[in-house]
Parts: sequence; structure tokens; C-alpha cells
Amino acid sequence: MTPTRRRRMFIVGAIVLGVGVAVTLGLRGMQESMLYFLSPTEVLAGAATDGRDFRLGGMVRKGSVERRAGDMEMSFDVTDYENTITVRYTGVTPALFGEGQGVIAIGTMEDNNIFRAKEVLAKHDENYMPVEVADMLAQQGKAEDEAPASTAN
Amino acid sequence: MKIWNWIHKLASPPHFYRMAEFLVPWFMWPAVLLILIGAYGGLVLAPPDYMQGQGFRMIYFHVPSAYLSMLVYVVMAVAAAIGLIWRIKLAHAVAASSASIGASFTVLALVTGMVGGKPMWGAYWVWDARLTSELVLLFLYLGYITLRAAFDEISKADRASGVLAVVGVVNIPIIHFSVVWWNTLHQGPTITKLDNPSITGDMLWPLLAMILGYTLFFVAVLAIRVSGEVLTRESRSRWVGEILRAPGQIGVK
Repeated sequence: MTPTRRRRMFIVGAIVLGVGVAVTLGLRGMQESMLYFLSPTEVLAGAATDGRDFRLGGMVRKGSVERRAGDMEMSFDVTDYENTITVRYTGVTPALFGEGQGVIAIGTMEDNNIFRAKEVLAKHDENYMPVEVADMLAQQGKAEDEAPASTAN
Repeated sequence: MKIWNWIHKLASPPHFYRMAEFLVPWFMWPAVLLILIGAYGGLVLAPPDYMQGQGFRMIYFHVPSAYLSMLVYVVMAVAAAIGLIWRIKLAHAVAASSASIGASFTVLALVTGMVGGKPMWGAYWVWDARLTSELVLLFLYLGYITLRAAFDEISKADRASGVLAVVGVVNIPIIHFSVVWWNTLHQGPTITKLDNPSITGDMLWPLLAMILGYTLFFVAVLAIRVSGEVLTRESRSRWVGEILRAPGQIGVK
């Protein structure tokens, strides 16, 4: 390799390295705003105390979904298996919303430590399998951590 | 150094032009076949997902598009770096030809993702790290194309846009690891991880066929586009004149 080419290679390498370091530092600096949602533990530790809207994310605790008859008022518990926050919401939930499923609620904390959601999004995991496989896993008792019970339609 | 001679011969525009003409069908037809097989396997043969039902089939178009949007960028950045360091014109031609293909795959990935996002998540778009970094990728492609268009002189366009392509490669690991580094609405990786794939075999093979088909399609389209780019760049050289005057060309009597 000629000295000119080596110099050019060095420059290209330095540019990528420099930009890479700058972006890494930048992203680390704004780590908190890169998070799309906060877990119940983070919220209870005081991560969202300024009264502004934020996103609360976690799992819908099994057996916690209550729908009031007559209107669209509902409540459910969001848990990260360490802490739990009760969410109240009025409106339509996405198709994938369900007990034991991932959820992201957008809203604010009320004074009584209840989260008032304006919008509810469903977060699904990276597992794909046929209904029969999911049922089989559920029967084997792995349902709690790997395959939530079948809700396919 | 025999290998260097070989590379230089391969990188000479007339040699590349003839080789591309010969190779394109060998990539294009397998690509079409694989995409047809993959689409049939994904849309018809694969069983519905236990959770997302029939709606999960969008992954057979979304995942290959998203994968290609990143692969094409890496190809573009590596070609641009080779062009900058060794001043190989063919490398710059490859980078310049990749941009609009990559931008198309990025748009496909974003649109299929939005179509799937509404019924699954409840929203077409959210500003989480995965979706945002993929949108940044689209802007990098568009910025690259715009920057090239701003120069009259092709060698200046090559160098300026080449630096942009090289700088933007930083975004590729951010897209890929965004779902691991930060909590996002988008789910984590299903097949591109060290662990076993989180998808059963009957759902996985059509996806792999689609990914391979898309990749071969990209190679074929890239070869066609680079051929055109090379003809434009070398339009004053003798070998282009010979090709254009050859019997069978449009406008040749």
C-alpha cells in the first residue's frame, strides 16, 4: 500500500471512529430520553414526578383486568414483577392487549398513585409459533415465562 | 501480486460491464423464484401465529426489507470507503447506485411496519429508538442522493457523498441494537441473535427464503444500475462507443 493510500485509509478510519465516539457519548448522555417507556419500579423511584405525560410499560398482571359494564372505563395492573401500578383507562384497547401481555400506557400519575392513561398500546414479544405449539408449551407449565396462554383468533 | 491484478481487471469498467451483463439473469431468476416460494410459504403454508394470528404474515415482507435497508447501506459505505482510499471509480459507481435501492427498501420497511403496527400495537408510528433510527437511515440515503445531485463534477460528488456514506454507517449498529440497548415498543430480535431463533421451523423457512430472495434481487438490480452508471461515466471512452454501435442496440441501423 502506498503512503498516500495509507494516509487516506487512516483519515477514513479516523472519521468513522470520531463520529462513532461522538454519537456513543451523545446517546449515553441522553440515555433517559432514549427510553421509550418507564417501568413501574422506575416510576415509583421518582422518575416521572414533574406531572407531565409519560409512558408506563410492563406486563398486564394476570387477573387484574376489570371492565365496567355499560361504558368503556377499565382498569388493569402494570407490573415489572417487582412493582405494580394500577392503570385506569377509558377507550378501546388494541387487539393484542390481554392479561400476561406487554403493554405501554401513555398518561400521568394521579395523586392516589393510580396511572390515568390517555392511550394504550400493546407490545408483543419476539416469539413466533403456531397455536398448537403455544398450547403444548402452556400445558408443560412453561406458560408463565415463555408462552402466555393462547389468545389467537 | 496476482490477486491485485485480478482485482484491477475486475474493477475496470469495460470488464465489469460485460460481466454484469452475463451475471444479472443468474441472480434475477433465482431471486424471483425464491421470493415467489417464500411468499407462498409465508402467506399460505405457514400456520397463523399463536398471538398475532394471520397478521404476523407481514413479517415476510417487513423483515427482508428492513434487513436489506441495512445491508445495502453497509455495501454503499464500504464501496464509498474503497473509492475514497483507492480512488477506484467502479467503487464510487457502486456506492452511487446503491443509494436509491437502499432508500426504496427503507421505505418498504417503514410502510410495512406501519401497516402492521396499527392493528398489532395500536399505533402507526411511535418515536421509539428502533423506528426513529430507521427513519434516520432513510434521511441518510436521501441526504446522500441530494448531496450527489448538488455537484456538477462527478469526482467531487463521489468524494463529498462518499464521506457522508462512511459517516452514516455509525447508524447501522444503532438500528440493530436499538431494541436491546433501550426499551422500545418494537420487540427484540427473533433470528439475528446468538441464541436459537424464537420462531418455529415452519414459520422460519419462508422468511429465510424471502431474505435470500431479496438479497439476490438487490445484487441483480445493483449490477444493472452500476452498468448504467458506468456507461454514463465513461460515455466518452472508446469501449462505450463500441458497445453503443454494436448491432442490436437501440437506434443502431
